[in-house]
Formats: sequence, C-alpha cells, structure tokens
Amino acid sequence: MSVAQTHHGRFLGSRTPAPSGDARWKLVAATMRRHGYRADALIEVLHAVQGAFGFLDDDGLRFVAASLRVPYSRVYGVATFYQHFTLRPPGKHTCVVCMGTTCYIKGAQGLVEAVQDRLGVKPGQTTKDGRVSLLEARCIGSCGLAPAVVLDGAMHGKIKAEDLVGKVEEWMKHDS
Amino acid sequence: MSPAAPGVVTFVMDGKDVSARADQTVLAVAREHNVAIPTLCALEGLSTVGACRLCLVEIAGSPKLQPACVLKATEGLNVSTRSERLDKYRKMIVELLLSERNHVCSVCVSNGHCDLQSLAQSLGIDHVRFPYLYPSFAVDASHARFTLDHNRCVLCTRCVRVCDEVEGAHTWDVMGRGIRSQVITGLKQPWGESESCTTCGKCVQVCPTGALSEKGKSVAEMRKRRDFLPYLTQMREEHA
Repeated sequence: MSVAQTHHGRFLGSRTPAPSGDARWKLVAATMRRHGYRADALIEVLHAVQGAFGFLDDDGLRFVAASLRVPYSRVYGVATFYQHFTLRPPGKHTCVVCMGTTCYIKGAQGLVEAVQDRLGVKPGQTTKDGRVSLLEARCIGSCGLAPAVVLDGAMHGKIKAEDLVGKVEEWMKHDS
Repeated sequence: MSPAAPGVVTFVMDGKDVSARADQTVLAVAREHNVAIPTLCALEGLSTVGACRLCLVEIAGSPKLQPACVLKATEGLNVSTRSERLDKYRKMIVELLLSERNHVCSVCVSNGHCDLQSLAQSLGIDHVRFPYLYPSFAVDASHARFTLDHNRCVLCTRCVRVCDEVEGAHTWDVMGRGIRSQVITGLKQPWGESESCTTCGKCVQVCPTGALSEKGKSVAEMRKRRDFLPYLTQMREEHA
C-alpha cells in the first residue's frame, strides 16, 4: 500500500505501515495512539520522532502525515517553523547559541562567530567528523542569563566567547 | 433616533455615514462604496489572514491601526481609510516587499498585469529607500504546466489558501519563519513530484505576481483569470 493511498484513505490513519522495522517507530506509533491520531497532535508526535531518532527525516514526516491525515506541506511547514526540530542528523555534541533579543544585544553574534571560526561550520551545520553541531535558537527564555548557550542540553549563562570555545574544544579533544 | 435594526450597523467612513450588515468587514463596505483601500493578500472567495497590512485603517480614539480586511463593521466606528500616516506605512510596506526578493518587472511574465506593480504605481513609488537583499532563489519548473519562481513571491499565501479551501488538496504551505519563509509544495519536493497536486491551476490564477505562471508565457504575457473564484466558492457553499 503506497503512502499516497493511505494519506487519502479515510479510515486508514491508524494502520499506516511504519517506514521500517526499526523498533523506535513503535514509540512513535504509541504516541499517536495516545493522542487518538488527532491532527492537532502533530507537534507532540514530531517531538516523539525527534526524541527517538534525533532528527526528522522524510520517511518519518511521511509516516506522521499519513497517520494523522495532515497534508505533507503542513507537516513540513511545522517541522521547519520551530527551531527545536531539525531535519538533519545532529552531531555527537550540540552547541545551541540563543539569538533572542537580549542575548543578541549581549553579544550572541560574537559567540556564534567564535565557534564558527573554531569549527569551520555555519549555524545549522555539523562538523565533517560528526562530532559537533552548531545551532541557533530564537529565544530559550533565559534572558536574565544573557548571553546564554545550551551545550548538550545543559544551560550555560553569561558565557564569554573564549570560555565557550574552550568548552567546544573539550569535545574535540576527548572522545567523551 | 431609533436603534438600528438587528444585524445592521451604522458607522462613519472618511467622514461619511455608511450602513452595513454586522457581519461585513470594513474592507467589504469600503468596496461597496467605491472607497479604494489597497490590498494584496485579500482576495474575494478566500479566507482573510490580515497578513500584508496594506489595508490598515485608522480608528478615531484608538492609537492602533487595524486591517480593514478582518475588521468587522461595528456601530459607532469612525474609520479613516486615507491619511498621511497610512500612506507612509503603505509605501513602506510595498518598498520592503520589493527589496525582499528579486522583483524585476522588465523581464517578468506578469509585467503590466501584476498586483504588486499596480500597487507600487498607485502609491507613487518611484524608488526604494531600503537596500535590496538580492536573495538567491531557484526556479521550480518541474511541473508539466506551471512554473514557480520564488524570486517574485510576496508570501501573500493566496496559493496556500486557494489550494486548501477551494481545491481541497493543500499541496501548498509555508515553511520556515521570518525572512527565511518560503512557499513549498508537499515535503518541499519539486512541484512536479507532488503527490497531492491536481494540476488545477487555481494557485497560478490567484497569485498576485509572476511567482506562479503558466508555462509558455513570455514577458508580460501572463494575464491572471480570477472570475471563477467567487462563483466557485458560492457553488461549493450551496452544495456543502
């Protein structure tokens, strides 16, 4: 059964086959079931896919779209609107620099440039060895700690460019 | 004075008393009275999104400007559709639109039949005060009958709305956010590879610029045909 058929099938939503036999799709399917395959659970389900796989690929987006009966273009629009979602596999470590207004005023651009110069990648990219991803966030809601960065999920506030580069270099050195 | 009949409101537009049904928008009333309010994203037969902000009007006693396309006619409202301030903002909006992508009328299929071009002319825009961004966008000519040129897109979302609301395919949507937004077909696939597109061409006809055009049309040859839209909307409602 092709994806196109399931997409337009009225009662097929919950029976859309998973893209592969990977057990992680069961986690995603469980999330969709819990939400009754409702179209408004889209964001929640995309969270589940990214939580399981680390990023959203085309197969995953098609599976979610067909299961929830949401148009492909809307799924793609939502996945690219929110900074949290990524369509590319992330590196082993991630460095997210907050580019919200406060952090921007407090020199976030300088932080990005410093890491960019050290790693040779632009925001949104991952180093060739797959070690570090550099990302930008719109606002992480920690304006009191500006400029703020999130390193592997841990928040670091009022950080200086040289300290940030130092922490990123730790990742490059050790195979931690 | 006796109270107005139910569902009918009276308000002031540009110093003149006008009456309207309570479910009408200020823009609809203005058009009935031949008051010209510039618009771009609004199109009869489609839902209103208030996105382009060109139809902003002033309301006496309120510092906030309101988009006429979504502002409901209410009793006692006092709106001005023209003022120095509104002219200034409208000009600025169109200039920003022109600076954001690569709008080159002289080589455009829609030259002479373009909503954006007409707007700029009617607002007396003879130059753009903002630096052009000159973004780099590809042209998608993968569809058998139509071409999509992001360079000429103003993100009015008319194509997105007509495809969703009238055709029911929802092939189009907007991806990204802010300056990086762009219209997409399917999972940002080439248009010709979209599974949901029915090749009906409504998106092409409602597009205000040359961003969506029919293949085989040369410079200034693309005339959009939109008469079908109010008719189609009415028929769909009757058979709903």
